[in-house]
Amino acid sequence: MSRLDEILEKYPFVQRDNLIPILQDIQDEFGCLTEEAIVKVGKYLNLPTAKIFGLASFYNHFRFVKKGKYHIKVCNGTSCHAYGNTLILNELEKKLEIKSDEVTKDGNFSIEESTCMASCGNGPVVSVNERYYTNVDIEKLVEIIDYYKGLEE
Amino acid sequence: MPIEIEVNNKKIQAKKGETVLEVLNRGGIKVPTLCRMEGFSATGACRMCVVEVEGKSDLIPSCSYPIEKSLKIRTHTPRVIKARKMLVELLLSNHPDDCLYCSSNSNCELQDMAVELNIRERRISGEKTKANIDQSSPGIVRDPAKCILCGRCVRVCEEVLGVSTFDFKKRGHKTGIATSMDKDLNFSNCVHCGQCLVVCPTGSLYEKTNIDVVQQMLNNRDIEVIVQYSPSIAISIADELGLRPGKDLNGILNAVLRRMGFSKIFDTSFAADIAIFEQAAELADRIKNEENIPMISSCCPAWIKHMEQSFPDMTDHVSTTKSPQQVLGALIKTYYADKEDISPEKIFSVSIMPCTAKKFESQREEMTQRGISDIDAVLTTRELLKLIRLYGIDVHSIDEEISDNPFNTRSSASKLVSVSGGLSESVARTLCYHLTGKELPDLKITKLRGTKEFRKTDIKVGKHNVGFAVINGLGAASNLISDIREGKSKVQFIEIMACPGGCINGGGQPYDTDEKSLKNRSKAIYDLDEKEAIKVAHKNPNLINLYKEFLGEPFGEKAVKLLHTSYKKRDVLL
Repeated sequence: MSRLDEILEKYPFVQRDNLIPILQDIQDEFGCLTEEAIVKVGKYLNLPTAKIFGLASFYNHFRFVKKGKYHIKVCNGTSCHAYGNTLILNELEKKLEIKSDEVTKDGNFSIEESTCMASCGNGPVVSVNERYYTNVDIEKLVEIIDYYKGLEE
Repeated sequence: MPIEIEVNNKKIQAKKGETVLEVLNRGGIKVPTLCRMEGFSATGACRMCVVEVEGKSDLIPSCSYPIEKSLKIRTHTPRVIKARKMLVELLLSNHPDDCLYCSSNSNCELQDMAVELNIRERRISGEKTKANIDQSSPGIVRDPAKCILCGRCVRVCEEVLGVSTFDFKKRGHKTGIATSMDKDLNFSNCVHCGQCLVVCPTGSLYEKTNIDVVQQMLNNRDIEVIVQYSPSIAISIADELGLRPGKDLNGILNAVLRRMGFSKIFDTSFAADIAIFEQAAELADRIKNEENIPMISSCCPAWIKHMEQSFPDMTDHVSTTKSPQQVLGALIKTYYADKEDISPEKIFSVSIMPCTAKKFESQREEMTQRGISDIDAVLTTRELLKLIRLYGIDVHSIDEEISDNPFNTRSSASKLVSVSGGLSESVARTLCYHLTGKELPDLKITKLRGTKEFRKTDIKVGKHNVGFAVINGLGAASNLISDIREGKSKVQFIEIMACPGGCINGGGQPYDTDEKSLKNRSKAIYDLDEKEAIKVAHKNPNLINLYKEFLGEPFGEKAVKLLHTSYKKRDVLL
């Protein structure tokens, strides 16, 4: 039995309310919602996949591609926005040659715009795999990227 | 118990359970809407229908507000108009301003609204969505930049077609309409029926036009450009051309098309007769052998795609007969080409259909012979109307002409195919002939007529009792199919048409098709059936001749090779 079937087996009642918990379990297991998984859930719950995609894309939490080895979040809260997080995000996108919600070809880096990270006095805030960096400016950002790139060489 | 409400200082009677908007419309008060669709539940998405209610601090959306006792409503106060104007200005703020080049120019509800509300300048300018036009589908083009997120396409696809190609994606200012996993239309489960582009209030969804290529070919002297038009076209263009609604314009249409320069004009009705004749023969064969019963109709290309992707286990049940368009397409490039001694490569075969799925069908691999497609270009009814205007033809002063030989006769049964239930009726008539050699005593089968989603009747044909079922609108098909799977289905023939009402309400028909025009069109068809002498496909004289001279037996070897097709399972995200 595949891992996907095991997840579905936990929800013996075929009802729409189970959709979000099932998707959460799938994402925990596989790191993202794959096409294959969405098709299977659609068949199981008797839901069109367009509806599942619509719902999943509504929430920031669900993703459709796996995170990179180093998942970089740029805080997009009001305070960080005022501190100029857009400059940081643009620079990051330029440096890694990917857009927000994308993953680099080697699978090492991915970018996400995050909701408030609750360090509003020290913006802009950037996190890499749950490690937080505060008062980030372009110089600091370059250092951070170079550090993680260095780890991979 | 009627409830009395007051609207703009006038008393209006309302019934319990109605919405405010329904009462207002009945009372002759026009309230603008962008997301509402007749017969669908209200969503209150566009907020254009807001009105002021005494005692309420906020404006209320009339489309979803139920009637209450002693409501006092004002529909056009300065506050209401200001709110509506602001809404349209906001919708326009990120709208591409290319109205002059837009496919919906002069046919756009947003444009109408801007005119009505007297919007003359851009007060608000927002970030425009980048144009990312999806041209992948053979029938439908989607331009997300022009979408105003009314959700009509989402609802029509889910509730009427039961296909659910579209849904809203993301949220906030990133909200958009998307297919599953944001794929292009051609890789989605879209059946190309075109109902979404009929309901789209702007130019966000429109048909892929073939007008240019047809014009180009008309100017090419080395190519013989042959045209065929669907039986439903002649009765559905009258209102748009300013003639009596529902008038059958066959004669005028022949003359119009000849003026445009088409070398031969064929009426697809002839091919509809052949398709009926073949399907009835196939059904008779299956009934005698008790094989693959019930047989499901194959005329509707949207249903065929739906079947291939959602119900591939039904393949054996579906009739293999090609649709009338493809029957005539195949005959033009074989029988006709031989007869006139023209090489099939030198023929450009155009068909005018009330349908965007026909554009898809004509591109199917199965619809080619030695690499040459049977139909080269499909135009919708709307494109035909554009062409008529482009060529400056005045339909009021043109004399009727007849269509060309050898395909210029038809029975009234072929006309019936345009309306939901008509195919079953026509097949029943000819089935009786195939099974017993006699005519059906009562040709008019009223139980198969009407507008209900599902209709059914049993007809005594010789010693057989044959059950006919009609599915009107693709959404109703899935119930019947689970019945077939469980062996509970007791009918022998099932007609499935994707668009509610049949081809007269097809996705390629004029945009202002409403219930009244549908009534006119179906009445015109049934009247024609009353009046005409030949009411059954198998008595069409040219058809009898064609089978004698060329095709041989119905459902025989040659007929199967030329007029029948096959289906394949499709792997798409459902």
